[in-house]
Amino acid sequence: MTTEPAAAGQRRPAAAPDHTLASFVTEVLADPSTHDRPALRRLRRENVTRPTFLIGAGTCGLGAGARDTRDAIYAFLYTHHLEADVVEVGCVGLCSAEPLVDIQLPGRTRLSFGPVRPGDVAELVDAVLWGTVPTDARLLGQHTQPGLIPWDGVPRLADHPFFAAQTRWVLESCGLSDPERLDEYLARGGYRALAKALREHTPEGVCDMVLRAGLRGRGGGGFPTGRKWELARAAEGTQKYLICNADEGDPGAFMDRAVIEGDPHRLVEGMIIAAYAIGATKAYVYIRAEYPLAITRLKKALAQAEAAGILGDDVLGSGVSLHIAIKQGAGAFVCGEETALIHSIMGRRGMPRPRPPFPVTSGLFDKPTVINNVETLANLPTLVGRGPEAFAAVGTEGSAGTKVFALSGDVVRTGLVEVAMGTSVRDIVFTVGGGVPHGKGFKAAQMGGPSGGCIPAQHLDIAVDYASLQEVGAMMGSGGLVVMDEDTCMVDVARFFMDFIQRESCGKCIPCREGTRRMLEILDRITQSRRDETGSDALKRFRRVMYLERLAEVIKETSLCGLGQSAPNPVLSALRWFRDEYEVHVFERRCPAHVCKELLTYTIDPERCRGCGLCAKECPTGAIIGERKKPYTIRVDMCIGCGNCLTACRLDAVQAA
Amino acid sequence: MVATHDPSELDPIVARYPDRRREHLIPLLQEVQDHCGYLSHDAMITVASALGLPVSKVYGVATFYNQFRFEPRGKVHCQVCRGTACHVKGSAHVLDTLERSLGVSAGHTGKDGVYSVEVVACMGACGLAPVVTINDTVHALVTPDGAKRLARVAAKQEAHRDDD
Amino acid sequence: MVAHTAPAPHALAAHISVDGRPVTARAGEPLLDALRREGIHVPTLCHLAHLTPTGACRLCVVEVEGQRNLVPSCAFPVADGMVVLTHSQRAQRARKTIVELLLADHPDDCLYCVRAGNCDLATLAAELGVRERRYRGGGSERHVDASSPALLRDPAKCILCGRCVRVCEEVQGVGAIDFIGRGCHTEVGTAFQQGLNLSTCISCGQCINVCPTGALREVSHLKPVTDALGDPRRVAVVQHAPSISVTLAETLGLAPEVDAAGVLNAVLRRLGFTYVFDTSFAADLTIMEEASELVQRITSGGALPMMTSCSPGWVAWVEQEAPDFIPNLSSCKSPQQMLGAVIKRVWAERHGRLPDEVFSVAIMPCTAKKAEAARPEMAPDGVPDVDAVLTTRELLRLIKLRGLDVTRIAPEPADSPFGERSGAGKLFGVTGGVAEAALRTAYAFITGSELPAAEITELRGLDEVKELHVKIGELSLGVAVVNGLKNARPLLEAVRAGRRPDLTFIEVMTCPGGCIAGGGQPLGADLDAVRARMRALYAIDAGAELRRSHDNPQVRALYDEVLGAPLGAMSHRLLHTAYAPR
Ligand SMILES: Cc1cc2nc3c(=O)[nH]c(=O)nc-3n(C[C@H](O)[C@H](O)[C@H](O)COP(=O)(O)O)c2cc1C
Ligand code: SF4
Ligand code: SF4
Ligand code: SF4
Ligand code: FES
Repeated sequence: MTTEPAAAGQRRPAAAPDHTLASFVTEVLADPSTHDRPALRRLRRENVTRPTFLIGAGTCGLGAGARDTRDAIYAFLYTHHLEADVVEVGCVGLCSAEPLVDIQLPGRTRLSFGPVRPGDVAELVDAVLWGTVPTDARLLGQHTQPGLIPWDGVPRLADHPFFAAQTRWVLESCGLSDPERLDEYLARGGYRALAKALREHTPEGVCDMVLRAGLRGRGGGGFPTGRKWELARAAEGTQKYLICNADEGDPGAFMDRAVIEGDPHRLVEGMIIAAYAIGATKAYVYIRAEYPLAITRLKKALAQAEAAGILGDDVLGSGVSLHIAIKQGAGAFVCGEETALIHSIMGRRGMPRPRPPFPVTSGLFDKPTVINNVETLANLPTLVGRGPEAFAAVGTEGSAGTKVFALSGDVVRTGLVEVAMGTSVRDIVFTVGGGVPHGKGFKAAQMGGPSGGCIPAQHLDIAVDYASLQEVGAMMGSGGLVVMDEDTCMVDVARFFMDFIQRESCGKCIPCREGTRRMLEILDRITQSRRDETGSDALKRFRRVMYLERLAEVIKETSLCGLGQSAPNPVLSALRWFRDEYEVHVFERRCPAHVCKELLTYTIDPERCRGCGLCAKECPTGAIIGERKKPYTIRVDMCIGCGNCLTACRLDAVQAA
Repeated sequence: MVATHDPSELDPIVARYPDRRREHLIPLLQEVQDHCGYLSHDAMITVASALGLPVSKVYGVATFYNQFRFEPRGKVHCQVCRGTACHVKGSAHVLDTLERSLGVSAGHTGKDGVYSVEVVACMGACGLAPVVTINDTVHALVTPDGAKRLARVAAKQEAHRDDD
Repeated sequence: MVAHTAPAPHALAAHISVDGRPVTARAGEPLLDALRREGIHVPTLCHLAHLTPTGACRLCVVEVEGQRNLVPSCAFPVADGMVVLTHSQRAQRARKTIVELLLADHPDDCLYCVRAGNCDLATLAAELGVRERRYRGGGSERHVDASSPALLRDPAKCILCGRCVRVCEEVQGVGAIDFIGRGCHTEVGTAFQQGLNLSTCISCGQCINVCPTGALREVSHLKPVTDALGDPRRVAVVQHAPSISVTLAETLGLAPEVDAAGVLNAVLRRLGFTYVFDTSFAADLTIMEEASELVQRITSGGALPMMTSCSPGWVAWVEQEAPDFIPNLSSCKSPQQMLGAVIKRVWAERHGRLPDEVFSVAIMPCTAKKAEAARPEMAPDGVPDVDAVLTTRELLRLIKLRGLDVTRIAPEPADSPFGERSGAGKLFGVTGGVAEAALRTAYAFITGSELPAAEITELRGLDEVKELHVKIGELSLGVAVVNGLKNARPLLEAVRAGRRPDLTFIEVMTCPGGCIAGGGQPLGADLDAVRARMRALYAIDAGAELRRSHDNPQVRALYDEVLGAPLGAMSHRLLHTAYAPR
């Protein structure tokens, strides 16, 4: 039996109280009218006193080279003896235009550019400082800032198709403010909702507000958050816990990461509101170790909040006590599941256990525990700030508010998108995302990751809300949205998810452990070599497709946890919408999208081949013959379809069909 | 990063967790791996006795999570993202090419200790797929050939550094 | 550990419908318990009575109205108004598929398996009508671990039900094994997948008792035994432990209070053993030494509390986990090894035989006894005192092999001079029995008179720790009986911390219940069976002519003729041993 940790969180020395910061916080939160004070306006950069550069420095920005761009800006400023501010901000969401640079001159509205490579810096900055705006593709637009002089001929950023259709609540400040500064968060109205909740509402009151707002969990399950809290409130026990689930294991999702990197205090504020409502005095953030930047920023935010008296034994002087500790995950998708997560925090193998008892009655250290997703919690400042009615007014009946999606794959503009619930998938993919690039056709949008399914072209007009998505066999999931073009093989995608799931299955229960492995094997066989095949093989393969469905059913019905229960979804969804594609694989032994490499026929184009022999070296069976400097050829009877030659050839002479 | 270590080296890390609670197990293993680059048998035994746990339980936990490695990393550590977006954008080919050209299968370190290849679930940079990191530097929009070249270049740099 | 959904004692009655029939159950209790009471058999593979359900195998799934998925009855709490279908087509098909999935990665050597005939997996496959291999595919490559002197692990047959892992950790408190890896690569194994011999395993065999398949078994000694039985150059001698006759009676359907030792003697002779001795005799001998040692430690200063040393799993555990308590262990060998030594070193000489001309076999309820017999200090000059240890299960196999119908065999006495035993000696088979026997004799040693009532009820029963404080003459004795190894650690910690100065004597039996529930006993015993065996031993003791070890005439004779006095020089050479940290 484990007990409450006496010294949990002991690793971080308690932050020394910072009195100036604390009094600043008290002063700002005391009175809503402080919002318009010049000091706060300055912090919001409503105007600047010297040129200011804001660089998107989330993981995606950094991956795209934001630091190099920043250094180029520094170098430019240095050589030209210019005084300016350079600020690293979170991700505004438009990943495909990273590195993003905003430039704001005194008295003028802020301009956004992207991608800005180091080589572009000198020319671009020079032009802007001279008052001209290069109107090429890198110009994204200008911000709308009343009272400042706008730039002529520059479109408003808010009208940019990527932003126009969005409703940004959770992402409100992402990309606009410095995520490492508490004062900037405060200046933007941060912690006002918390102060209001503590001052004006009882815990039940907050709980009730959340119920009335109709907020549902954004972590995948969509369980009404207020209901969950009520259950935990009703559970016996004085010690209760709140856990923020920042494990974000869906391999196509990065919303939670971006929120924490871009606006960590919003999450902290949400957590304090939630903890207050359920009566938790101890909270944990369970965050993936793969997100080092998010961890650093969150740590900083927690330390600042503690120093400012926003966290600790006396939250904002209300007498409420809350301590938040960070626990790093260690790389296991299943640890997103609530009971596995709890086991992982307790130092055990992340294997789920049967529910009931549910964590709300017996969770961490056997105490009542509420687990909420990052985005769910990050919605709370907005919800409490605007009031439940305003919150419920956005979205649809049954799905209130907004949802953040991570848009990626074969789409022109990739990135983070926050739309009102009820927006159509078509709007997200084609309006916000700009459609499929290179003139290719749209094939499907995958939603909900390994637990979800895909939405085919004929259902593009479906609205994103919990119920509608379920109808077509997809799932809101945590918000991964991967667009696939006509060159994508749906059997291969199903196989990809099955492979993921079977590697991530914890191995505890038999249907998931053994079943997913057999399903993967069946999919493997469908996508594998047609060579040396006898007549009965096609029949056997067909039988296996039937087994596939039976296995899927049993795995769904009997698995212990959500991972297994939803594991067959991607396969079932692909079977439902793209059955013909399976059949071509099974009976004709072809992959129409030319993806399943063992089902392809490889030839060498004699026009292109210059006889370098690279491909022959890579061929494991010696199927490629030829003389140096003369076109090589592939012996079809010996080729096993590994595709090595295709990647080996530098001249695109190897062709697969 | 060191490949071998003597047990007392871990003392300061272990000392940070004096209260022998099982909930410290994963953080402790993470710190030990940060320090040593991987988890050796001795290190796991040290952790077990520090927390008063059977070694089998420490090993059971360590082998459950992807993060923990049981052999030292290569000088050039390549991580290939196998998230959905990266898959759709062809990361399977990238991985395949790296494995073949470096002669190391994913999850392992080559015999000469130069390369190690690891598959990671989504790094959260899907907008820039496919993504590869080489010694923790993120490279976006890589091609199979490009990844191979990046790894080779990194190996040359490492070799130079060793010569100095 | 996760909170259990077991019902509170005052739980409300719940009226539920099971397969269309009304059933009254307790609200909150696991559905499986209610079903079993109703005589409805829902298969299980991972369920272990009295431990929190893990819900791993999913075979116990049933349909509950209002639930989207099938629910595991072992972990699902009963609620009023519940409507349950236990054998709907949906549930049946799910169970069958699950078994088929297990078989898809299971070796096909059932005919050669030690569990042929009583394998839970094979039984399930038959019950569910698995008739074709629907799923096939890659199998896992797993290697046999034959490193332990007592246990053999064949992970290829493991279905990962986790029962062994849980028993080893939650019941025995050892934690030698755990799940390793994840997903379909999961395996049950020791730290770093080294052999069991290098792990902290104490060879208690409790994991074997709960394994539903042939993945765990004892290291078989049947071959050397049958070889020796046919070897004219060696004389085959056998001893049988106190609890064997009871479990034999149980498996043969004899009345439990009847001491089947007589039948056992006869059976062993028919199997070809020339001499049949009773380990209970050696238990009496042990008591003579141990009671003397206790009195000596108390009166002339020695490490206290003194701890028993007859349970080899416990001894091994002290050596590796609590070596600071080695001085507290009684230096007495266990009865098996005492008798082994006396047979090889005294009895053999009397019969004009060299030690290695005698083949000495012990029938034990225990796998750790195999490891004990293999300890180097138990083989002076390289000749082991005990050559082979057969578990109860192996004995039953041997009986089958020889085609003996045990019900038709008339009882025979054991051979002299090590065939007579007291009731106290017989009590060695049950938790608290050693302490009770020792007290009976210590009382006599100290006061010169006999304990008024032989039964010491404070030390009986299945509680985890039982205690008794008595004053015998001038001496104050504090006795604790630890029932199950898991309970030893907290007690030792208390002793170590100086919180238990009152204790002078601690009995520890590794397996909960004692040897009657040992790791070598027939599989599938539940708590009721253990209680019945316990009652049987108490009844045998109550009905015994001799109830105190020191009254055993053959023991006295041995002292008169060979040993001299307890703790004497000869005793030390033959009956005592030493321990070392491992
Ligand atoms: C296999 C599996 C993985 C999950 N992964 C996540 C995750 O990465 N992040 C998350 O917030 N929720 C995840 N969930 C859902 C959580 O278990 C849980 O329902 C959620 O965190 C509750 O928060 P919410 O009500 O705010 O959505 C996962 C569930 C399952 C079954
Ligand atoms: S469904 Fe899969 S992940 Fe969940 S408990 Fe079962 S094996 Fe583990
Ligand atoms: S024999 Fe006992 S100690 Fe050894 S693994 Fe089995 S249960 Fe654990
Ligand atoms: S060895 Fe036996 S008891 Fe242990 S997990 Fe495997 S099948 Fe279950
Ligand atoms: S017995 Fe219920 S899940 Fe195994």
